[in-house]
Amino acid sequence: MTELSQIRNFSIVAHIDHGKSTLADRLIQLTGTVAERDMKAQLLDAMDIERERGITIKANTVRIEYPAKDGKTYVLNLIDTPGHVDFAYEVSRSMRAVEGSLLVVDATQGVEAQTLANVYQAIDADHEIVPVLNKIDLPAAEPDRVKEQIEDVIGIDASEAIPISAKTGLGIPEVLEAIVTRLPAPKGDRAAPLKAMLVDSWYDPYLGVVVMIRVMDGVIRKGDRIRMMQTGAIYGIDKLAVLKPKMVDIAELGPGEIGVFTASIKQVRDTRVGDTITHEKKGCEKPLPGFKPAQPVVFCGLFPVDAADFEALRDAIEKLALNDASFSYEMETSAALGFGFRCGFLGLLHLEVVRDRLEREYDLDLITTAPSVVFKLHMKDGEVRDLHNPADMPDLTYVDHIEEPRINATIMVPDEFLGDVLKLCQDRRGIQADLTYAGNRAMVVYDLPLAEVVFDFYDRLKSVTRGYASFDYQITGYREDNLVKMSILVNEEPVDALSIMVHRDRAEARGRVMCEKLKDLIPRHMFKIPVQAAIGGRVIARETIAAMRKDVTAKCYGGDVTRKKKLLEKQKAGKKKMRQFGKVEIPQEAFISALKMDG
Amino acid sequence: MEDWQAGGFGLYLHWPFCASKCPYCDFNSHVAAAIDQNRWRRAYLAEIARVSAETGPRVLNTVFFGGGTPSLMAPELVAAVLEAVRAVWPMANDAEITLEANPGSVEAGRFRGFRDAGVNRVSLGVQALNDGDLRRLGRLHSAAEARAAFDVARKTFDRVSFDLIYARQDQTAAAWRRELRDALGMAVDHLSLYQLTIEDGTAFAARHAAGGLAGLPDEDRAADLWEITQEECAAAGLPGYEISNHARPGAESRHNLIYWRSGDWAGIGPGAQGRLTLGPARWATEAPRAPGAWLEAVEQTGSGEGPREALGRADRAVELVMMGLRLTEGVEIERLQHYGHSGINFPEIRCLEEEGLIGTGGGRLRATAAGRPLLNAILRRILA
Repeated sequence: MTELSQIRNFSIVAHIDHGKSTLADRLIQLTGTVAERDMKAQLLDAMDIERERGITIKANTVRIEYPAKDGKTYVLNLIDTPGHVDFAYEVSRSMRAVEGSLLVVDATQGVEAQTLANVYQAIDADHEIVPVLNKIDLPAAEPDRVKEQIEDVIGIDASEAIPISAKTGLGIPEVLEAIVTRLPAPKGDRAAPLKAMLVDSWYDPYLGVVVMIRVMDGVIRKGDRIRMMQTGAIYGIDKLAVLKPKMVDIAELGPGEIGVFTASIKQVRDTRVGDTITHEKKGCEKPLPGFKPAQPVVFCGLFPVDAADFEALRDAIEKLALNDASFSYEMETSAALGFGFRCGFLGLLHLEVVRDRLEREYDLDLITTAPSVVFKLHMKDGEVRDLHNPADMPDLTYVDHIEEPRINATIMVPDEFLGDVLKLCQDRRGIQADLTYAGNRAMVVYDLPLAEVVFDFYDRLKSVTRGYASFDYQITGYREDNLVKMSILVNEEPVDALSIMVHRDRAEARGRVMCEKLKDLIPRHMFKIPVQAAIGGRVIARETIAAMRKDVTAKCYGGDVTRKKKLLEKQKAGKKKMRQFGKVEIPQEAFISALKMDG
Repeated sequence: MEDWQAGGFGLYLHWPFCASKCPYCDFNSHVAAAIDQNRWRRAYLAEIARVSAETGPRVLNTVFFGGGTPSLMAPELVAAVLEAVRAVWPMANDAEITLEANPGSVEAGRFRGFRDAGVNRVSLGVQALNDGDLRRLGRLHSAAEARAAFDVARKTFDRVSFDLIYARQDQTAAAWRRELRDALGMAVDHLSLYQLTIEDGTAFAARHAAGGLAGLPDEDRAADLWEITQEECAAAGLPGYEISNHARPGAESRHNLIYWRSGDWAGIGPGAQGRLTLGPARWATEAPRAPGAWLEAVEQTGSGEGPREALGRADRAVELVMMGLRLTEGVEIERLQHYGHSGINFPEIRCLEEEGLIGTGGGRLRATAAGRPLLNAILRRILA
């Protein structure tokens, strides 16, 4: 057990590539937490996908012991948080588990979009924030300009920002000292009943489910019987440990401490991020505020390219779901795509991450259908149905009206891009709720249909603001609107996986764009192919893919026979990446790309 | 009769050197400072002896010196090779002996020597009849030089063919029609007309990937140029007998017909490939591509051949169709049926026939005029 006054808990807030992981590595290295021989670059990002994309999906933590200049040894707990709007809830829980943040800004780049979204999360959690200027060793570094920007844009004092170079190690001792002197110690009552927050959990092949907690009050020990207040489940603590970042057993964790436990929990699904953990007997009365159950908001179909892989896909999805409570799935049948699963995600990045993991870790080729939200169908007989898939839309004569989820979106943007942002929101059926200025940055609040945001809104926002906008949203509820199902017909055959729900007033424009995109996405065939968008039986847009006119190898002599034969074999294999609809082959990427609204 | 005899038997000899490397060319060609022609002669002769020991004394219909730029070979080397060839294989009375040549003034000066060595047909790499496009294609000769070389060749050899590359950057339909008429007006009886193709690993591929080579035609413009090519050549009496080859009837390249009719050919030289039927087996042979490696293999192991592959029934059927459909005459269906149903999707052939892209009249499977420019798409459908 460590004295509260000798604990500091913190997170690092930074934009991609601004050096968050490198700084974390340096802190770990300088304090001798990890033996030199075990160091490998970027210790904390565990998944390949995380390393590649430079994003953090799962929270990670490391406990560092630091002998400070005052002669005392402090325990520093670093929680590395996810950094994407899809995981905003997970971030908010991680932020509530610590008292301060290091705000790392690249001194050659300045403050960028992602920094803002996360730094506001830190401010919301009442963090003390220590600004750190990284890459100060580069000739292009402009520390004074960047300090000014931090003060202007974020509104925090940057006069004592610490100049560092995570790469060379310059300034790292100062950062460690600042964590001790400038960040507050946690508060908590050792004598009170146990109250700990479940920060994250994951599946370990050897240990089963590992739960990361922050103790607020009381003490947790190995062997304790604990209760998860949201699920009501009771478990016995098998193992209690801290992460350095390898697991090191510990007898107990007291207030302010961060650690992990195992308790013979079978599935990650049995744990809820944000849940409150207390003792089975003499537990605390009230759980910690702010808990929200994971709620998938984006749905799409995942189908194996090769129908024979369906069972392999089922296995993979079941295994993945054990480790990702926020991901839901149920079996789906598509006339066009065969057997697959309708899956629910926290957002589009989450969708992409899950799909990538299924493809890579389980070696599957998948077709992903257009993402959709959950519509509420109010039937004429009074029944209310959830519609997860536009293909399941019943005949309109039975439907009284349709409601769709709305969000409250907050966008921070430099005023030079404001016009483009307003136009984007307006184009997506947004209703402006607020517009204020802070310096030269505007804050816009829009009421938007979630359906207009789940697809490529974030990409578009990044592109029209060159990455200088931050975006966050909350789901506010459901509202009725004039929504219709639009079908796409390729060569006169409806392709169910391409049907979407769309606002009546936007249907024609949307249908036109989709037909134009499909015209480019579907390769020419040996005959011409009509592509139509229709509402019910009425065609509202049409394009024609011209017949192929030329595809022949110019030179083919004696030395080319073998190569040409292999090329044809390869091309035939490439056809497997296509889906056959009647006589037409549609490439897999068409199912997503056709929906994009750019251009 | 053995199956290969429907195509005949030829010898392909690869000379791997060029004066410079053309930016569009993905052939096995190299630029070397000094070439020891004696060393090459010994190696070719050794290979002729080795291969002929395997085939036995079958009648040889054709010899083809390809490259590279075989017109850079010393005429004495060509003569020595042909002498060795005649000593081991009985030559057909009408044997066709072709050499590929650059249409430069230096090469033209050697034409008589090649003729005296036994060459009776040359194929000139003219590529374009205007200097601007020749420069863009990285060619060293001018249009005037090419015409002069052609005239010398015409007087020296029984048969002369030349190559043009079309679908160049910014080439209009009208300009190609004019240039093609010029070419057809040059008293020529054989033309190879290739659509410019950006091949992997070439300088053009790198430029194209970097966003260069603006003005290359899209599919529709390329198809227009193809149609003009078929039209003009047919009107001039040189109908297309193969996808890119046009000839006055009787003037077709007999050597290349061996490839397209799936005959047998021996391939000698760096990177050369062959097809040899020996007893019940048909072999695909291949040689190391690097000139030095090939020479050393011949000198040290007595063989310039890499591992050979035995071709099964499906492979043989696929090659027969893939190569045979390039010819306007198509493939004899009976010959194809000989391989059973392996490798070929027969029901798809019937679909293609209904779509008007394939014909099966007269006992032959052939691509129709509409099908010929779509041959790759057709092959993807009918090769199972």
